[in-house]
Amino acid sequence: MSAPMSRDDAQRIIERAIKMSQADGCEVSLNANVTGNTRFAANQMSTAGEIEGSTFAVQSAFGPKHAVVTTDDLSDASIRRAIEQSEKLAKLSPDDPEAMPSLGPQTYVPVNAYHEATAACSPADRARAALTALEPARKAGNVSASGFIVTGNNVSAFGNKQGLFAYFSNTTANYTLTVRTADGTGSGWVAADDHDWSKLDYKSVSERAVDRAQRSRGAVAIEPGRYTVILEPQAVGDLVELLIGYIAARSADEGRSPFVKPEGGSKIGEKIMDSRVNIISDPADPQLGGQPFDGEGFPLGRQSWIENGVLKQLFYSRFWAKKQSKVATGFPTTVKMLGGTTTTEQMIANTERGLLVTRLWYLREVDPRTALYTGLTRDGVFLIENGKVKNAVRNFRFNESPIFMLNNIEALGPTQRLAGTENGGDIVMPVIKARDFNFTSLSEAV
Amino acid sequence: MTHRRDFIKTAGALTAAALAATAIPRQASALFGAMPTSAPLPEMDAAVKELLLEAIQAAKQAGASFADARISRFMQNFVFTREQQIQNTVDTETFGCGVRALVDGTWGFAATQKMTKEGVAKAAKTAVAIAKANRIARDTAITLVPTDSHPNASWRSDFTIDPWTISVEDKAALLLKANAEALKAPNVKFVFSALFFVKDERNYASTDGSVINQLAVKSWPIIQATAVSNDRTDFQNRSSPTAPMGRGWEYIIELDLPTVARTTGEEASQKLSAKPVDVGRYDLVLHPTNLWLTIHESIGHATELDRALGYEANYAGTSFLAPPEKMLGAFKYGPEIMNIQADRSQKGALSTIGYDDDGVKPEDFMLVKNGILRDYQTTREQAGMLKWWYDKNKMPTKSRGCCYAQGWNNVQFQRMPNVSLMPGERDLKWDDLIAATDRGIAILGDGSFSIDQQRFNGQFGGQVFHEIKGGKIVGMLKDVAYQIRTPDFWNGLDMIGGKSSYEIGGSFFDGKGQPGQSNSVSHGAVPARFRNVNVINTGRKA
Repeated sequence: MSAPMSRDDAQRIIERAIKMSQADGCEVSLNANVTGNTRFAANQMSTAGEIEGSTFAVQSAFGPKHAVVTTDDLSDASIRRAIEQSEKLAKLSPDDPEAMPSLGPQTYVPVNAYHEATAACSPADRARAALTALEPARKAGNVSASGFIVTGNNVSAFGNKQGLFAYFSNTTANYTLTVRTADGTGSGWVAADDHDWSKLDYKSVSERAVDRAQRSRGAVAIEPGRYTVILEPQAVGDLVELLIGYIAARSADEGRSPFVKPEGGSKIGEKIMDSRVNIISDPADPQLGGQPFDGEGFPLGRQSWIENGVLKQLFYSRFWAKKQSKVATGFPTTVKMLGGTTTTEQMIANTERGLLVTRLWYLREVDPRTALYTGLTRDGVFLIENGKVKNAVRNFRFNESPIFMLNNIEALGPTQRLAGTENGGDIVMPVIKARDFNFTSLSEAV
Repeated sequence: MTHRRDFIKTAGALTAAALAATAIPRQASALFGAMPTSAPLPEMDAAVKELLLEAIQAAKQAGASFADARISRFMQNFVFTREQQIQNTVDTETFGCGVRALVDGTWGFAATQKMTKEGVAKAAKTAVAIAKANRIARDTAITLVPTDSHPNASWRSDFTIDPWTISVEDKAALLLKANAEALKAPNVKFVFSALFFVKDERNYASTDGSVINQLAVKSWPIIQATAVSNDRTDFQNRSSPTAPMGRGWEYIIELDLPTVARTTGEEASQKLSAKPVDVGRYDLVLHPTNLWLTIHESIGHATELDRALGYEANYAGTSFLAPPEKMLGAFKYGPEIMNIQADRSQKGALSTIGYDDDGVKPEDFMLVKNGILRDYQTTREQAGMLKWWYDKNKMPTKSRGCCYAQGWNNVQFQRMPNVSLMPGERDLKWDDLIAATDRGIAILGDGSFSIDQQRFNGQFGGQVFHEIKGGKIVGMLKDVAYQIRTPDFWNGLDMIGGKSSYEIGGSFFDGKGQPGQSNSVSHGAVPARFRNVNVINTGRKA
């Protein structure tokens, strides 16, 4: 096996396309993917598929006029039509006063996120992996397993008329599993994600999900309110990854972001979270393995967003950076919140009363002024009393902001690559213990 | 469901990053010539038909007991603007073939862009091979209920002007004119607006003998105005109540976007001085522009049979309407006046289609009749699971026509038809409901929305909130969200509007499934009053 498009092939397609361009500026983005998936639910096999696809996107620019056209047919004739169409649309478009010239050639950090074991994964491999959950679940008789196994072999390339060329190839392997008890009162979710298929421990995921489902049976309703929580990395990420939606410096400068400074400008340089909070992006981080360039071919290295609780940086587009006399940052492809040295067990042992939360669900923005979100806990919430996990409790709805939560940190634990983010991507988060998490109502959902 | 706001964010990221390969939704260019207006029913291209038949034949030869193939061309056109400038124009197109094969009770699916006889035959063989590989993990065999075959069927959605015939200049000019109107309101500093068009050409053939060709056009105009207080301590957004519809450019003309934008701007501005809501219980008068989303979340998803049976447990979730044996004919969703119709036939609605992706011609059906649960949304794979219920009620056991795949590269499964709250017998209007309410809140537009994985506990915002006292609107409120427990909320329904107050709302992006797929769906509704609903205040200090 190999990547679905080699570096040479990608470069050849992009160079050939750029040669056809009659515009002042021409940027081409190329994607090629082969994905395989297997789904099972209610202890039955469900759908399974293999999908091959590619996308060619071209932006043509005549001075401040530009337009994008995409096609997934990579033949010369199709590419020529796409380029001609984007040129036609660009000429018709009104001027964009914020249009920026293309970047020149760049250097990128090397990132190795391609693994042969993933690229070679077959439908039979995935079916056997599914059986690690299905067999014990069917045998147990009182639980129902539903899961999804998906592997991808992906290429992303970018080039422009200024001679810039960027190429990135990666593989992805992801397994999510929900085990529900037959009486409908228990549900446990466990997942794993890696660029390397051979690193996923299916058996362990299955065992832990069955265990969690059994332990979450017969959950007790307790009053909503403010609780100390120990959030597993997935639950932390469900909230913290949302901060990416607010990182534009421009929104803060314009007065419409949680990072607005009333006197003008943004809160960059101000301490806005607990001093143990550090959030970075780094494609080369071994846990992340992300694409080292953004959608404009801008090179991405290690970028610190929150450093010791201080808002260190916001995203500056090239246009906004120029206008504000700042340095452009590029748009991040990875997010990592650094962890600490307290283990989950130690956090539990040090908790008088609190809740252990597996993950969060259906998070939606309630107030953009504070990045306030609502959502619910799901698939395993446990009451901790006097340093011990006691019993399962009913799910809660919360209304909470990741910014408030990261001000209320009690302890930080080990980090983990996330498998269940709503938007996908390379995200790493720690276990955290935080006080005063705002649960506003009960949900009887299991 | 992905929301307009998320779409705006995505659009923002997309325009910021220009060509973000990973951010651009997959697809398209207007490689196709513009369709003439008032086009006749589409005819399947002979070459496309040949490929479809090749694919199902190859699947059959490789051992499939049933196979179907879909070849689709999906095109999108976006124009994004802010204030008095264009942000970007994007044209996308994707074209390919997906083959689904059932072998010994197990599914396989494969999709390809190699649009030759060899290419689609290879995909068919791969689909069969996947199904065979999955046999080792099979328990119960999958079966399909029979359906009529449609050997030469065509369907075209209800549009008169193809948006692809309108120039980008005209589209941009309209948006910039609308933006200028919104910016006239005090404190409105920012406006984002967009036009988003979809053209979806779907071709289908199955080993059951169906050969179907369909064309759907959809349009969504969006305006969002942002007002910022002079001291920069507050900002308020107002998104326009412009529903996405299964219609063409004629819909955009009818809407009169500059006029809509003026009101949108004025309301964003008014929200800055609105009174923060007092926490408590209120009677809510919900406008169709708000209620459609609550219907979507608390009824639309809850009545999906795959969810009720646990097939979506690992992602979208299950349903409180389970097990069906205990719910059908017994569960009291709401009062007598509550009638919920499912259909794929309403003109201009988003889920409207001639034939579903199982090759079934959908019929309208009632999910809830006089407050009682009567049915679920089903596909050919699922309908047999309700045979006992259909037999009991002397109804034929057949699919409800709810099978859908986002594109050629997605496998089809159960997706939502249009699910709508039907009008009441009396022709009451929005104002009548307000006049009849002593202490309440009237809510227009959809805002934040979130619901648990079994559809019990939901929280919904809105765009504009009016305080009602003594049957009159006395002022604007802000920071309002209502929390519901689905059965309590719907059983608190005590007054609904009549036929003339019926409106359609909807979304282009309803997410479900693994791998994730999105579909577009509409929900018709009349204004409705709900008693004694819990309202929270969402305002906090940063």
